[in-house]
Amino acid sequence: MSDKKGLAAAGSPEPEYDYNGGLAVISGDKMANPGIEPHRVRMTDKSPKHEKAAARQVSLMFFASVFGSAMSIWAYFAFPLTEDLTSVRNNTLWLGLGITLGLMGIGIGAVHWAKTLMPDTEVTEARHITRGSDEVRARAIEIIKLADGESGFSRRKLIRRSLYGALAFFPLPAIMLFGDLGPNPGDSLRHTMWKKGTRLTKDPTGTPIKASDVTIGSVFHVIPEGLNELEHHKLEEKAKAAVLLVRLEPSDLNEAEDRKSWSYDGIVAYSKICTHVGCPVALYEQHTHSLLCPCHQSTFDVTNACKVTFGPATRALPQLPIAVDSEGYLIAQSDFTEPVGPSFWER
Amino acid sequence: MAFMKRKATGSRRSPFAAVLVMAAGLALTGGGYAAATAAVESSTTTVASAAQLEDGRKLFLANCASCHGSNAEGTASAPTLIGVGAASVDFQVATGRMPGQASGPQLIKKPVQFTEEQTAAMAAYVASLAPGPEIPTAAMIEANGDSTRGGELFRINCAMCHNAVGAGGALTEGKFAPALKGVTSQHIYEAMVTGPQNMPVFNDANLTPEDKKDIITFLKFVEENPSAGGYELANLGPVVEGLFAWVFVLGLIIAITIWLAAKSN
Repeated sequence: MSDKKGLAAAGSPEPEYDYNGGLAVISGDKMANPGIEPHRVRMTDKSPKHEKAAARQVSLMFFASVFGSAMSIWAYFAFPLTEDLTSVRNNTLWLGLGITLGLMGIGIGAVHWAKTLMPDTEVTEARHITRGSDEVRARAIEIIKLADGESGFSRRKLIRRSLYGALAFFPLPAIMLFGDLGPNPGDSLRHTMWKKGTRLTKDPTGTPIKASDVTIGSVFHVIPEGLNELEHHKLEEKAKAAVLLVRLEPSDLNEAEDRKSWSYDGIVAYSKICTHVGCPVALYEQHTHSLLCPCHQSTFDVTNACKVTFGPATRALPQLPIAVDSEGYLIAQSDFTEPVGPSFWER
Repeated sequence: MAFMKRKATGSRRSPFAAVLVMAAGLALTGGGYAAATAAVESSTTTVASAAQLEDGRKLFLANCASCHGSNAEGTASAPTLIGVGAASVDFQVATGRMPGQASGPQLIKKPVQFTEEQTAAMAAYVASLAPGPEIPTAAMIEANGDSTRGGELFRINCAMCHNAVGAGGALTEGKFAPALKGVTSQHIYEAMVTGPQNMPVFNDANLTPEDKKDIITFLKFVEENPSAGGYELANLGPVVEGLFAWVFVLGLIIAITIWLAAKSN
């Protein structure tokens, strides 16, 4: 076999071993081993001029590294950070270029030195077969039996069985830590901050909106009253409660019978959270009455209860039923009647 | 008159006191009402000279009436201009969008076809038809507001269409939100208050004149100051930046890797 020749040629101290593969099918080499490619003499070995040039190149790289490191120190003082954003740009750029040159100079110089000037003779490393010889295997079994005898592992049943018990129990505390992946959201995805009577307010100031302020073609970005005063979970609540308020001509709206009371004189409010993956849907086209989501271009038709007309979303945007209170401010009639945002398993 | 005779009996009150009190009462209640409703109907029509209105009317009939109707009442090709205000006309004409060139998903900015006087005349004429948003004053559009607050308002109301720093973005079916670089403060204000084409209307109750000034300040700041992060790559965001990294940086890394393993000459 050709591998026997290979082992001997490498001068391996292992004895020649006739590997019996057992049940494995051993096929002969399909491709003849081409051996090592013929040695090609480098220019730096043939010509002293090239050798000197290569040596100069290597030391040039190392000098460039010194220059680069010095440049980055200079840049730190030459471009102090000021109010002007250009100073940030210059500081970052020259500091970075200096450090890059400092490190790459060493790396490229070292690699070039090894490639051009260090010896390039080919060396073969032996690869031994994994299976040990029979003598080695027998000796190994002897050692294991000795260890067993001296430690008393097989003989002492109580020690052995209590050790098994300890090993079985010690990973259990780690499994308990998975409990910290919670808490379980429960039904928090089904409810938002909106309740009966909550005023619609402008994002981010929180000032309430009068119905007369909303003119045809305008778009208001709405948060519920009280959101800005929340102490905990403000962003989580905002991420569910964000609403878009638009006004259309009442004649343009095709409302279902049971939703006619959800709008007020052509003013409609829809959840701003896309039912696809949850981006804020706020690209409102005033004349085509389309609401476009910027992430994956789901398009909703505001005249038809925000049904999907294009794109990957499959469900219409939930509508917030609105009314007007005694002072003329817009209020919610209740929470959304379905969970807002993308689908989830229990929806 | 009776009130003048009253003085003779030694009253310290002037005979005109009643008139003054009535006038003060009227001024207080009338002024209060006007201020309260000024937020949404943001215009008192500025008085234009009769000559300017006549010029405007002639220009309108010659250039706009074919689509917008001889009384600006609108036709099948174009909407009514009654109530759009001087701000609308100034924005559309002075940016070159009007006279509209071809019907399609959106009107494009073209070379401006009218002089400033002509634009002002047409704006005054249209404003005279019915009250509407006025051209903002120089104080309203000066970029000395709060750019931080303007940035927050821009990100909430505008960035989804116009990009986080106003580099523009795509809408459906061939429409687009144009880049805001190079747009004058006056036109930015007018676009916000009139809502041209498919852009929503941001009336003064939604974004107060103070808010609009802050937004203009933010946009001018972004336009004038270089990005602290280096070359902006047209501010188009992660796709462009990723392309740059994959093509140039990864290309450089591959080149170095090939050199690293190659034998020396």
